[in-house]
Amino acid sequence: MHEMSLCEGILQIIEAEAEKQDFSVVKRVVLDVGSLSGVEIPALEFAFDVVMKGSVAEQASLEINQLAAQAWCMACAKSVTIENRYDACPDCGSYQLQVSSGDEMRIKELEVE
Amino acid sequence: MCTVCGCGQGETRIEGQHTHSHGDDHDHGHEHHHHDHSHGHEHEHHHHDHSHAHDHDHGHHDHSHGHTHGHSQAHEHTHHDHAHHDHHHYGQGPARAHAPGLSQSRMIEIEQNILSKNDAYAAENRRYFSQNGILTLNLVSGPGSGKTTLLTRTLQDLQHELTLAVIEGDQETAQDAERIRATGVPALQINTGKGCHLDAHMVGHALQSLQPAAGGVLFIENVGNLVCPAAFDLGEAHKVAILSVTEGEDKPIKYPDMFHAADIMLLNKIDLLPYLNFDVEKCIEFARRVNPKIQVLQVSATTGQGMDSWYKWLRMSRELRLLGTGFAAGQATDQEQELRTVK
Repeated sequence: MHEMSLCEGILQIIEAEAEKQDFSVVKRVVLDVGSLSGVEIPALEFAFDVVMKGSVAEQASLEINQLAAQAWCMACAKSVTIENRYDACPDCGSYQLQVSSGDEMRIKELEVE
Repeated sequence: MCTVCGCGQGETRIEGQHTHSHGDDHDHGHEHHHHDHSHGHEHEHHHHDHSHAHDHDHGHHDHSHGHTHGHSQAHEHTHHDHAHHDHHHYGQGPARAHAPGLSQSRMIEIEQNILSKNDAYAAENRRYFSQNGILTLNLVSGPGSGKTTLLTRTLQDLQHELTLAVIEGDQETAQDAERIRATGVPALQINTGKGCHLDAHMVGHALQSLQPAAGGVLFIENVGNLVCPAAFDLGEAHKVAILSVTEGEDKPIKYPDMFHAADIMLLNKIDLLPYLNFDVEKCIEFARRVNPKIQVLQVSATTGQGMDSWYKWLRMSRELRLLGTGFAAGQATDQEQELRTVK
């Protein structure tokens, strides 16, 4: 979707942290990205390099933990893994699913110097 | 940060994320350790931070500069706590103990949502709306769904009953705001330029210049785009998705994020149904698949068909909004008039 602005958001957080925690080089950025977050990973990787140019994270490598989405199936009364928001329960085929996770989009940690 | 175990600021939790509760236990354990060790060595560092005595994060700051006793590999291993992290080997990586003076990497745990900045602005907007009893609706749709037509009709029909205002988002031109102002309702245009969506920061600025009346209804017409605006909270009470029957009934599952984020879907241009192969039931079923709670109303902004139920929804949402605020539903307009005269 708007991977470029997401990367700008990442950079803003990094820059704020750099000031707060006193580091000048970021070597690695680790993100958690849920499968329903709408983030296109290759586009994010592309935008990352472009946006980080000239910043403390210019040399940083990007590591992405892709998290599977979970939903609560009301028919089965249990948590199931889904790939898309419109998926049916993989066990019983019901669409009565309450999506409980999968839209994560966060910076998990940084390796800095 | 602690140059031995790399744990100092590495444990900072920027947001109070409660997801990793056992991580917190470790933090506390650590802190006590550091307290013990640091008081003796590090007095010169204390001067920055007296005021943060109660703040755990900053507390780490104070105590952590320049410790170099080598007891801490053990600590690091206690941080192998997040299941999905098994490929981060803190113990052998750069966060390990180093001799003083060598280049030194460390891990910093951030746990911060990438959109947290937007979310903070959105929270501010939401607080403003709530304090002023303003019902704010974020209208989202693809280009060409008839969003502006639906909005101008709504404004014409309701402006004598409710106090209305509009924020218009488009990539370029002020044409839509002009269309809105022609109805007599105050409107402000935001041009996003390169941007594909409005964000909460832009809306916050718009609020400063537009100053929507207390107790009224504010419509934010987002950029025509069924993808990006879904992720950006503007502080609105509801996202209203508009889909027209000329677009194809499978849009809700083609663009699931948007229909998942919306509380209500207006199926527009239903006057054209006789000329189209559009399966209304199917479309509603698709929308419910991505969002079992979504409310669907069928309308035509051109003929006015179904608009009454949309207005009813609007009035009721506004009354719900006003419950518990200082603005009684019936008096809002007067109160607002007063505010206007004061200004």
